[in-house]
Amino acid sequence: MDEIIIEPNKTLKRCWQELWAYRELFYFLAWKDILARYKQTVIGIAWSVIRPLLSMVILSIIFGGIAKLPSDNIPYPILVCAAILPWQFFSNTLGVSGNSLISNRNMITKVYFPRIIIPSAAMVVSLVDFLISFVILLCSMLWYGFYPNWKVIVLPLLLLLAALTSLGVGYWIASLNVKYRDFHHIVPFMIRFGLYASPVGFSSNVVPEKWRLLYSLNPMVGVIDGFRWALLGKEVSLYPPGFLLSIGLAIMLFITGALFFTKTERKFADII
Amino acid sequence: MSTVIKAEDLGKKYIIGHRKLRYRGSLRDAVTHTARATWQRIRHPLSPNRESLDLEELWALKDVNFEVQQGDRIGIIGRNGAGKSTLLKILSRITEPTTGRVHIKGRVSSLLEVGTGFHPELSGRENIFLNGAILGMTRQEIKRKFDEIVAFADLEKFLDTPVKRYSSGMYVRLAFAVAAHLEPEILIVDEVLAVGDVAFQKKCLGKMDEVAKAGRTVLFVSHNMAAVSALCKSGVLIEEGRLVEKGEADDVVRTYLRVLENKASEPIQHRKDRGGNQSVQILDIWVDRSNSDRVSTLKCGDQISIKLSYDANQAEGPLSFVINVYNELNQRVLGFHSDKNPVAWPQAGVAQCDLCEPLHLRPGRYGVNAAVFSNGALADHVPNALIFEVVDGDFCGAGRLPNKNQPMFLVPNKWGLVRR
Repeated sequence: MDEIIIEPNKTLKRCWQELWAYRELFYFLAWKDILARYKQTVIGIAWSVIRPLLSMVILSIIFGGIAKLPSDNIPYPILVCAAILPWQFFSNTLGVSGNSLISNRNMITKVYFPRIIIPSAAMVVSLVDFLISFVILLCSMLWYGFYPNWKVIVLPLLLLLAALTSLGVGYWIASLNVKYRDFHHIVPFMIRFGLYASPVGFSSNVVPEKWRLLYSLNPMVGVIDGFRWALLGKEVSLYPPGFLLSIGLAIMLFITGALFFTKTERKFADII
Repeated sequence: MSTVIKAEDLGKKYIIGHRKLRYRGSLRDAVTHTARATWQRIRHPLSPNRESLDLEELWALKDVNFEVQQGDRIGIIGRNGAGKSTLLKILSRITEPTTGRVHIKGRVSSLLEVGTGFHPELSGRENIFLNGAILGMTRQEIKRKFDEIVAFADLEKFLDTPVKRYSSGMYVRLAFAVAAHLEPEILIVDEVLAVGDVAFQKKCLGKMDEVAKAGRTVLFVSHNMAAVSALCKSGVLIEEGRLVEKGEADDVVRTYLRVLENKASEPIQHRKDRGGNQSVQILDIWVDRSNSDRVSTLKCGDQISIKLSYDANQAEGPLSFVINVYNELNQRVLGFHSDKNPVAWPQAGVAQCDLCEPLHLRPGRYGVNAAVFSNGALADHVPNALIFEVVDGDFCGAGRLPNKNQPMFLVPNKWGLVRR
């Protein structure tokens, strides 16, 4: 029989042990979210394809067709699509995980488990969505006869970078949201604003050279540029200082987010 | 026998009170509050910290020490707000203690958690797995017990129906079936007797018995003293966050009842366990029978009125009074609200609630909770402000006393044959 010690201020080591012990719950919560996501919808999982597809069309028309921004000889829809996938992954994760603690409050006030599982499981749903909507990108690349080169193998690492970023921000928002419900209103705004602040509808080359580093303070800039670089072949070059900055920021966001979360976690049940 | 739970100097502090009024937890409030506090600091660097004056600490639990042996059935009793729920929350790790530590050997689960994490859109089958996982079962365990759980809940036909289409009875059955197959080493039963129907309560009690017979440990929290003394071997009594007695269940129950009576006999003005903003104060409450004042023992069938004297000199706005009567199982059996007859209540006086019908409560002890609202906000609330006893009366009017197994209410009735 294993012994549990309950005391104020859990050690970090114990946090890890618990996380490992509850790994099955992580799997189940993610499974629940995936199952429940498209219940009672007519076209079901097709939504994960339709939503990014529509965004792609709209952004291509606005930025490529109307604003006529440069696309470096890449068909505009592909340029947009390569960015929409990581962006949607980020914004979905953020939206769901930021609210996840509140929507699971009955679990939090009644059962114990490491709370960090809840916002993390929310990421898995976005990941599944991401993989499904990847089909659009493949189709449109085939359509335009645009084939990726060897660089595509870096893609999983870039996806990891996107995951770290979105989880990091998600942890911050989820734990702040428990106490300050303001974030419930801030997040949708952040996501909408972020869509235009990140190079989703345009190539980050339109940003003047001297502002590039500053622009890279938005961690999604590095992720999106990385995606384009990996997918769109030799037409796209990376801006290394900015990319490194984004990686550093993503890791920092993730670590501080997780630490802040575990630090505030013990008060969740009291104030939620 | 080994010790399965060992609590040392357990304490839990909550911050409540005045600060909450200003600082309700939105970001804007936090920012303005901090800014104001900082400004005060800068202006009067040597003055005592105003912040600390505004804060009020509440120790929901303090210096609690106890040990529970394996296989023990232990009743935790105390009045509402004494700290029982906080203790259970700490034991089930939902909230962390502020001080002290607890050593627990084995899996803890609680029958209060039935249905936690059920997702309405998912089918019964899916929810069994989900709920099991949330309560701490492994996938293997759930698979092994799946058929048993379904049979127990008696829901084979509805396994693939989303639980949102279940009737509430089916829902509870499914939830309970999962919880019942947890096989925890330590089971916490919190006030289950207050929720669910009779069959459900019986199942819970049966489950408790079974768990205890299997040599596992049960913590039972209830206001039903009869159930505590029947089901538990030992008990602990918690009063105002402190553990005041531990020992044989019967002894602890007796102490508790004595505490309750002492509380009720203490003048209401001196009572500390009151709620509300205190703009009105309940000074006294008593029961009058048709021909005698201030009675504490009533006969079933007596015509009574409940009177309440109050002082509302600091109150603004209209007053309203609420009187609730609870039986020994802490079930509300009667409730009266003064808004029924609009009265221009003076600043101080005696409010009277006349019962228009004779009181036909079954014999037993009853507690009266009194509350006053001023302008819609709770102004004063005294739990167990009065305890009265109802004894067997000449109910049937034929010189016969009704027997002990009575229903909750006795209503005068007449029988005859219908002529066609």
